[in-house]
Amino acid sequence: MAGRGKLVAQGVAVAGVVALLALLVWKVVAGDSGGAAARLEAGDSVAAPALSLERLDEEGTLSLAGLRGKGVVVNFWASWCIPCKDEAPFLQEVYARERSRGLVVIGVDSQDFKQDARAFMKRFGITYPVVYDGKGATLGAWGVVGFPETFFVDRNGMLVGERIQGGVDVERNREAFDRGVELALAEP
Amino acid sequence: MSRALALVALVLLLVPAPADAADPPRASDLEAELVCPTCKTTLDQSDAPIARRMKAIIRERIAAGATAGEIKQELVDQFGPAVLAEPPKRGFDLLAWLLPLVGLTAGAVVVGALAWSWSRRRADDEEPVTAAPLDPALERRIDDALERLER
Repeated sequence: MAGRGKLVAQGVAVAGVVALLALLVWKVVAGDSGGAAARLEAGDSVAAPALSLERLDEEGTLSLAGLRGKGVVVNFWASWCIPCKDEAPFLQEVYARERSRGLVVIGVDSQDFKQDARAFMKRFGITYPVVYDGKGATLGAWGVVGFPETFFVDRNGMLVGERIQGGVDVERNREAFDRGVELALAEP
Repeated sequence: MSRALALVALVLLLVPAPADAADPPRASDLEAELVCPTCKTTLDQSDAPIARRMKAIIRERIAAGATAGEIKQELVDQFGPAVLAEPPKRGFDLLAWLLPLVGLTAGAVVVGALAWSWSRRRADDEEPVTAAPLDPALERRIDDALERLER
């Protein structure tokens, strides 16, 4: 009887170790792998991760899937981020200029207070759609590691061009930004 | 009677008075219980821009008369439950509190069982102590001596 109890205890211990190992392997394989940005940088063809969030500029929600057929610039930002302030007028200008060609700029305000975000939008005269992701729930899937970051989505919902880290409209990334806009607007 | 009164007075002195529910929360306490969403450290340890903004909001809300619970809930609504340094004691998060206790209890049971098993094995291994038979002549002399004493 004592021998059987010992066997059961050993079995439970081995099962516990195996479960912990499986958890470790799962975390390494399926964990934070850099999201869509890492796959894009690796040269893969990547569908834009889902984005369906509450709007800050008006009532309701906005879904990226609902913008199929348009080119989209997705800009992750927060009101406390200094480069976000520097790039905001430029993004607004691009939206106003390219809207007629079918371009939509979406601001994703994250890890921020709603009232601060709205004050920011008012201060910089932002009229493009802005959605709120206070918890940063979408950051992992997109592979966002800081603010601001900008992605380009073509009319078929695929990521194109390159992910821009840091504020746009600076010498080092202006060309990449313009190329991203053109790729997003290209007819399929 | 006077001894009983002294005892009651001593107990009253030793038991801490309950915090006054009307006391406003202290910003420093809340800053130690809330986490900066970008740097993942408590607010009192962080100087990140969002942490500074959260500290300012906490002070504003305290000045407006909000309770600690209300302030925490507002921040959870904005940033999610990960903003709390300690997981709430309900739902799935309760596991974070219970699992260490379960682990400690299981560990204590295992150690106790091993100690018991070890001590029992040692007891079984020891040779039983058996008394050597008495010499019949000596036994007879002891019996005689006892009989004389009883007379």
